[in-house]
Amino acid sequence: MNTADSVSTYRTKRSRAASRSAQDWIFDIVVYLLIGIITIITLYPFLNVLAISFNDSVDTVRGGVTIYPRKFTLENYKQIFSYSTLLTGFKISVYRTLAGTVAGLVSGSMVAYTLARTDFQGRKFVSTFLAITMYVSGGLIPGFILIKNLELINTFAVYILPGLVSAFNIFVIRSFIDGLPFALQESAKIDGANDFAIYWRIILPLCKPALATVALFLAVGQWNSWFDTYLFNGSNDALTTLQYELMKVLQSTTTNANNMRGGNMTELMAQVSPDSVKMAITIVATVPILVVYPFLQKYFVKGMTLGAVKS
Amino acid sequence: MKAITLEKQTSSGLNNKPQRWKVFKNQKYLYLMSIPFVIWVFVFQYLPLWGWTMAFQNYKPGKGFFEQKWVGLEHFQMLFRDDQFYLVLRNTMAMSIMGLVAGFVFPVLFAILLNEVRVQAMKRFVQTVSYLPHFVSWVVAAGIVTKMLSTDGGAVNAVLMSLNLIDEPIQFMSQGHLFWGIVTAADVWKETGWNAIIYLAAISGIGPELYEAARVDGASRLKQIWHITLPGIRSTIIVLLIMSIGHLVGIGFEKQFLLGNHMVKDYSEVLDLYALNYGLSMGRYSFGTAINIFNSLISLILLFVANGMFKKFANESIM
Repeated sequence: MNTADSVSTYRTKRSRAASRSAQDWIFDIVVYLLIGIITIITLYPFLNVLAISFNDSVDTVRGGVTIYPRKFTLENYKQIFSYSTLLTGFKISVYRTLAGTVAGLVSGSMVAYTLARTDFQGRKFVSTFLAITMYVSGGLIPGFILIKNLELINTFAVYILPGLVSAFNIFVIRSFIDGLPFALQESAKIDGANDFAIYWRIILPLCKPALATVALFLAVGQWNSWFDTYLFNGSNDALTTLQYELMKVLQSTTTNANNMRGGNMTELMAQVSPDSVKMAITIVATVPILVVYPFLQKYFVKGMTLGAVKS
Repeated sequence: MKAITLEKQTSSGLNNKPQRWKVFKNQKYLYLMSIPFVIWVFVFQYLPLWGWTMAFQNYKPGKGFFEQKWVGLEHFQMLFRDDQFYLVLRNTMAMSIMGLVAGFVFPVLFAILLNEVRVQAMKRFVQTVSYLPHFVSWVVAAGIVTKMLSTDGGAVNAVLMSLNLIDEPIQFMSQGHLFWGIVTAADVWKETGWNAIIYLAAISGIGPELYEAARVDGASRLKQIWHITLPGIRSTIIVLLIMSIGHLVGIGFEKQFLLGNHMVKDYSEVLDLYALNYGLSMGRYSFGTAINIFNSLISLILLFVANGMFKKFANESIM
């Protein structure tokens, strides 16, 4: 860099600083203030829940626990892990997340690969057939009757089978494959690879970013769902999920709290599980996802924008 | 060589039957990889649509399709005579529209705000935090919202009290007229950061020379947002708005189910919950299906109305 250059950059910098009007300063202050408030509103509830879950449950009743535990204890966690239904729920949730994610990835990537092949004869039909499902659905009751007729009620399979093929996920993966050079596939074909081998050995390894995005969507969806448990397996203790158990705990206390007005306080207090225990279950139901998502962030941001632009 | 012949086959006349068969044989793996899933989709997504016929029958489980008794529009007439139905319809429309408006106003505002943050590390941190609520289940979110709004030690009441805005804690969860607002606010809290992703991507696609030129012309930051950023993401906003209207079919009832209680029932019950309570739980499948159909019709009407309005006023549409 020569002297003339650095002088001119210095000048523009100076003049820019000088032209930074009071208005700009106010603007910046307002922006940072608002962003700060939004961040606190988003984050505080989680920190509060975390603090309460580690706080002594008798002490919590006094109120006023904010973002750090006042009387630290692991007792709440010990207590919830001694409930056998919660333990089973945790296990079932882990199983359905693993099985659902793997099955969804295999189906999604296979269909996506065929849709990305411009020479595939059935391409238009398959993609229209899938796209329609994004806008039309039969609704709660017909869906329930179907599951009932297929005798999937009270089975583990009901968590995996109905949602196996998702049009949205397929389109996300497809638009990623579209971005890969077609020459790769062509040269593999010349080497004598069949279509399945190309999918398995060339496309899949290259698709890792898209697969990571979809895997996160699938895993989060599986881990978080509770309504299918409520609808199909709610009475079967061996098949209920963690989120469903959490739902039961949280719901039962709201109604108890409502009944409490005018009712016999002490009697009801005995039934109500203390806040700290509830919050500990909430943390157990939440932490697995919070551990994973920051690592996959760069993928899903890309996946989201790609998917949205295409569909 | 093989690849070249393949190209030829696809580009030359597909109408030719023997040709088509040849391509089919050539692409047998592609068919094997997609047809099973098409059948899957047919079973789990299209067969329930067939189930809509139930609304016109007195559906009895265990009987075949042709053994059912057809009753025409009887269930729909029953639905329209039910006072509860109009209450539920009002709630559904109110919460859909509130959610729709808030669900695109806040993400746009948040994306614009975040774009104005010049400290990259802070921008990344805020963005990561903003996704967080999207990834927790509605069960957890509803629990958190209830906790924050509770009368004993809830953060919202505590803040309002310390600002001297109220004298005694508000019982948020037991007041019907607050329920719509609570549901909408919970939705905003949960999804704003996530929905802002697309707008942020759109904003980053706007050419920096536009801002440079505006600065030379002496435009303030607010004016730059108004004249460059907003017009720059206008089409993204419209497409997403119409798409989210299209998805009103599945507006869902999770929030209403989890946040509602019997004290706010008149404001919390939506069409799907109505179908669940009056259709499924009581075994009145046909009546419940009639509600489901009505739900889909409402969404479809909203979609067409919105699309038509955009066509007229903004000259853009997705159909």
